[in-house]
Amino acid sequence: MTELLFPPGLLLVLGGLLMPLGLKLRNALLFILPILCLTLIWWVPADYIVTLPFLGFELEPIRITTTGRLFATVFSLMALVGGIFAYRQASTLELSAAFVYAGSAIGVTLAGDLITLFVFWEIMAIGSTLVIWAARHDAAYRASIRYLMVHLLGGLLLMIGIAGHVVETGSIRFEALELESISQYLILAGFLINAGAPPLSAWIADAYPEASPSGSVFLSAFTTKTAVFTLLIAFPGTWLLIPIGIYMIFYGIIYALLENDMRRILAYSIVNQVGFMVTGIGLGTEMALNGAAAHAFAHIIYKALLLMSAGAVLYQTGKRRCTDLGGLFQTMPWTALLGIIGALAISSFPFTSGFVSKSMIAQSAADQHLAIVWFALAAASAGVFLHAGIKFPWFVFFQKDSGMRPPEAPRNMLLAMTVFALFCIGLGVYPEPLYAILPFSVTYEPYTAAHLVAQFQLLLFAGLAFFVMLPMMKRTLTISLDFDWFYRFLFKHLGMAIVSQSSKARSQLEIKAQTSLQRLFDYLEKHHGVTGILSQTWPTGSMVLWIAVILGGFLVVDIFI
Amino acid sequence: MNEPNQHWLLRKENIRRLWMVFIVILALTVVAGFFVHQHESFGIEDSVGFFAWYGFITCIGMVVFAKLLGVFLKRPENYYDTDASKGEVHDD
Repeated sequence: MTELLFPPGLLLVLGGLLMPLGLKLRNALLFILPILCLTLIWWVPADYIVTLPFLGFELEPIRITTTGRLFATVFSLMALVGGIFAYRQASTLELSAAFVYAGSAIGVTLAGDLITLFVFWEIMAIGSTLVIWAARHDAAYRASIRYLMVHLLGGLLLMIGIAGHVVETGSIRFEALELESISQYLILAGFLINAGAPPLSAWIADAYPEASPSGSVFLSAFTTKTAVFTLLIAFPGTWLLIPIGIYMIFYGIIYALLENDMRRILAYSIVNQVGFMVTGIGLGTEMALNGAAAHAFAHIIYKALLLMSAGAVLYQTGKRRCTDLGGLFQTMPWTALLGIIGALAISSFPFTSGFVSKSMIAQSAADQHLAIVWFALAAASAGVFLHAGIKFPWFVFFQKDSGMRPPEAPRNMLLAMTVFALFCIGLGVYPEPLYAILPFSVTYEPYTAAHLVAQFQLLLFAGLAFFVMLPMMKRTLTISLDFDWFYRFLFKHLGMAIVSQSSKARSQLEIKAQTSLQRLFDYLEKHHGVTGILSQTWPTGSMVLWIAVILGGFLVVDIFI
Repeated sequence: MNEPNQHWLLRKENIRRLWMVFIVILALTVVAGFFVHQHESFGIEDSVGFFAWYGFITCIGMVVFAKLLGVFLKRPENYYDTDASKGEVHDD
């Protein structure tokens, strides 16, 4: 019988902490840890549980479920290939933090109870913040603090929700939860904040593009997809998730269309893609949940590939705005080609991984006769090609000739991109291995003539729309307002106004207090001062006279009474 | 006007050729629609070229909507940086 007592996620967390001890050790750990983690996950059978009594609760630090194993697998893969992409260029701080981050994400996917989940959830927030810090510039530092605030808020809501849930039900098991009281809603809110749901979606596009070229690759994979995993386990079939998911889909498209920073375009499209998954979880049928899980798997790979190609461009040129880029395909042809493969995969182009995963979500909307959802998803699929599938490669690698002739990306970066590009195509052409590890058995057949024709029409005419509308897509040197305006502008200026007004009020009060005190002193001075009437010395004679008058008074009174 | 060492993808006549190829492929996808049956649930998607015009129109719609929204939402890049935290420079 197999025995696994140590959580595989914790292995990456502790290994990550050992990385600063030496460069050789660090580079060895980068490869050994994810492979070891993968081996451990697949070594033990599904539904393997380890329990640990703690403060009267029965913790389950390890519970291997099919869904959890799927996510843990792609997270380990991401840590491995991300490590290949980063190990020559990234700082040790970044790699160490990235492994703590990846390990805690894996910890969440293999957690059997809410307390274990919460502990890993918070380690994830710290690890990811440190990944942003590793970029070591002022804007990144400030973005990371805003990022941390959002995640601490999410963690707080989650903790209140978990505490309430445990008090109400007495169970700490992490399983499908009914939305019965405010506790479950708070848990849902905590999960949704990490998924990038409205209104706080802005943190993704705010923080991820400030990280280093490799940092944003790591960041794109774990936080939002862990949230998708938790929603998938705890809230499948919650109808509320359908409108939230659809909102996220279109939010991502519209903001990406307005955006000029290449990595911010990709960050908005994370919200867009997670929106598809959240919608699928809301639909809640076996096929929709399979679709959401498969899409998360495929998404992590092609999104990382896209951010790797953007990262390689940033690394070689130091530029991140579409207005500064263009024409790079001439000297970075491999980066361009591999980036385009990622762009095709995110657009669900036939024979790529997105095609075999996303279509399951739309199909289950059709099966449930949800016309609005289905039409929205079809329009959104076209919109993905528009905002990420063409816009990203077009403005970065083609467009105009920027005059820059940067050398091709370093070899380790190209290798990492090639591995993921092969996954994008491999899963698209041969989806069976992915289908085999999904939560439910798959009866879906993606490659029908009808589906192929529909998808080609949808995407190619979206492409036509892009080039027809190109004059309207001209990039401008702007950013777009979002919900973060409230905490980056309104609250800041309100705070500053309160500070300046209250200090003005205070100084006026001080002046008023001083004048009235002065008046009191003047009054005392007048009566008790050196010349004041009450401090004068009086002659002895007058005192004797007045005493005589008083005694005389007594005498008179005494006579008559 | 084309420099001899210009990349073939940047030459004017090649761009025109690429457009021709693209239009031919677009036409082919619509023609292919005659030979397959979209058996989904809403009726309209089986009409010829549904996905073609639906994809095209919705994309135009999204670009126009984004453009209109941009009028209200776009701000200069340094919008949040003005009077930003002076003297609070992060020490590397």
